[in-house]
Amino acid sequence: MAFINGIGLISPQNTIDPEVFLQSIVEHKAEYMKSVDPVYKEFLDPLQTRRLSRIIKMGITSARLCLRNAGCEMPDSIITGTGLGSVEDTEKILAELPKEEKFLNPTPFIQSTYNTISSQIAIYLRCHGYNSTYVHRTFSFESGLLDALLQLEEKSAENILVGGIDEMSLNHLMVTRRSGLWKTEIINNLELRKSMSPGAVAGEGSGYFMISASPVPGTYARITGVETIYKPSDFAFIKEKTIGFLQSNGLNLSDIDLIMVGVNGDDRWDGIYDAFTSNIFPGRPVSWFKHLCGEYHTATSFALWATANILKRQMYPPVMQLNDLQPLKIENILIYNQFRNINHSMILVSR
Amino acid sequence: MPRRIYITGLGIISSIGKNLQETFSSLMQGNSGIRHPEHLGTTLRSEILVGEVNASLEELFALAGLPVQEGFSRNALLGIIAAKEATSSTSFKIDPALRTGLISATTVGGMDRCELYYNDFFTNDSKNIYLEVYDCADSTEKIANLLGIRNFITTISTACSSSANAILLGARLIRSGRLDRVLAGGCESLTRFHLNGFNSLKILDKEPCKPFDDRRNGINLGEGGAYIMLESEESILRTDNRILCEIIGWGNACEAYHQTASSPDGTGAYLAMKKALEMSGLKTEEINYINAHGTGTDNNDLSEGRAIEQLFGSKIPPVSSTKPFTGHTTSAAGATEAIISILALMHQVIWPNLNFRVPMKELSLIPVDRLLTGQLIRNVLSNSFGFGGNDTSLIFAKPMDGNLPGYPQTNPIQKNG
Repeated sequence: MAFINGIGLISPQNTIDPEVFLQSIVEHKAEYMKSVDPVYKEFLDPLQTRRLSRIIKMGITSARLCLRNAGCEMPDSIITGTGLGSVEDTEKILAELPKEEKFLNPTPFIQSTYNTISSQIAIYLRCHGYNSTYVHRTFSFESGLLDALLQLEEKSAENILVGGIDEMSLNHLMVTRRSGLWKTEIINNLELRKSMSPGAVAGEGSGYFMISASPVPGTYARITGVETIYKPSDFAFIKEKTIGFLQSNGLNLSDIDLIMVGVNGDDRWDGIYDAFTSNIFPGRPVSWFKHLCGEYHTATSFALWATANILKRQMYPPVMQLNDLQPLKIENILIYNQFRNINHSMILVSR
Repeated sequence: MPRRIYITGLGIISSIGKNLQETFSSLMQGNSGIRHPEHLGTTLRSEILVGEVNASLEELFALAGLPVQEGFSRNALLGIIAAKEATSSTSFKIDPALRTGLISATTVGGMDRCELYYNDFFTNDSKNIYLEVYDCADSTEKIANLLGIRNFITTISTACSSSANAILLGARLIRSGRLDRVLAGGCESLTRFHLNGFNSLKILDKEPCKPFDDRRNGINLGEGGAYIMLESEESILRTDNRILCEIIGWGNACEAYHQTASSPDGTGAYLAMKKALEMSGLKTEEINYINAHGTGTDNNDLSEGRAIEQLFGSKIPPVSSTKPFTGHTTSAAGATEAIISILALMHQVIWPNLNFRVPMKELSLIPVDRLLTGQLIRNVLSNSFGFGGNDTSLIFAKPMDGNLPGYPQTNPIQKNG
């Protein structure tokens, strides 16, 4: 059993306080959906606040929030999934490189390596346990979760801190807009569903989870399984994998009470979600989350926070409802996400 | 009884060879690949020594069996070449009855192209195809696509221990029963990005690196790709692949000390080696050779040396760092050195720690400074430590029992092999 015993989430919504769950929704009408940053000096010492780049501050702070929420001082392992690592530091180096190859500032280089977030958390906690970082686009966070589930099976760890974290910057947004990832028009995030045009709205966030072998009084939910599907040959293959995935976890299609999908307003790919829900789960309540956090490689960490809260509180927030159907009970939620029909993933979360 | 995990295929490209055979020859002859860079466009060329793969981008396309085309990084080509070799030696084919995974490791990803075209990204659309190759996943997906691997893919980045962690995860996924075979390893090409990064930290030796030597003065960066095929016994019964060796232990621990420095007492290194050893069930005296991380920096070699002394006490097995041959291939180093360790097992040799002359004042550890042949080697420990204190140790072993498929009848592991 893999229990979610604590969560720390910094996101474009007000998610820092574990006592509230989507009570006031933050509207974004900008190039991308920026995280609501906490006052970092309340969490980090002055030296860290000054020196560390933003993504590392986000990572350490959300990890601390998670540990506090879980009532756990020292995890046995630390795992981070990040699609792009420190975008800001990488940009600093690239901007400096053409000018001069001799006097590069070492700090951005040190912080630009993808494993910096996991290792800075380890340094902060003095945690000598297993430490790793997954960097595979929208499989990054899912790979981290799989590693955690394996560790529980192996009994090599009992409390595993697993995070999904990515940041966006204006430069990175401008550059990657050329590859057609993002919408060219600025839209209000709460009207994302009405905007059917190519491209998504970019977002960012950092979510850390305490995945544990035993529950605590504040346990949110259980992670029953995680599955990644690379380049499915056709839709029938996705359907077959979904059925197989649920069966391997002792469930049938009818056991899923709520689906949470990665609909992001990109009219080129959102049809995949429609096919998934209408074909595999007809007549079932469908929820979404990317109008709240934006699109980024580890956005499913936001979805996991949301499903964990829905299961714990037995409350399905209207702002997340994509169709009009209401769940009769909330026992099992399936998160389904895909990136350009290449990287598909599922996370099964249970009460 | 946990599932056993065998290694059946090896593929490698580095500054000392474009395939396994060339790598083996260079190691046997003591030929280092450390030179001034020819292919990396850097103004530091005349003052920097690196382990560069001696091939242009066009030549790498040819080695990869691909037509020259846009959208490929040097990094991905190095990965493809090594991954293809590791699978061709096992007559690899996709078999629906075998769940096959690819776990690759890189840190600079496609930066070798992106640092060239970064200005274009801001000003025009001519290099847009390279926006797709910037990240770490690109090389992994290109390898998976070429080999048809679909069941599981992911990418790991833990700096200089990345590909050791790829092997570790591959072994765990097979042991858990989730996969039957895994191609695991990593690739890293030289870039101005990380060459300048390391240079800014003042840890590049302007001369050939000298691990575990009192005169050591830093790293020579290198590049390459290295992959190994891991298989379960059930998989080997279907593929009929030859067993080269077995992986019997792995350990991952974190220094939690400093982002770019190892602790003086080598806590992370000690814990990683200890975990691997405990898992293998071996006693310290049963390790016959340690292929050390041995970067040649002041800090690493002292820290790693102390950790080895702490774990092995007065009976330290033969130790060498092979980075003076290949240079430090960063994310590819773990798999590169896993293969070099496996070659030591297969051929019963211990590789020399080139450039060693003066013992370190702080250590009793004296690395092996010449090629030793005709050794009795059953178990080899390979260390990979990274920035951020990400430390991983792997133990490879010569299988002891004769009841395994493909072993020992067709096994290449012979004393004088």
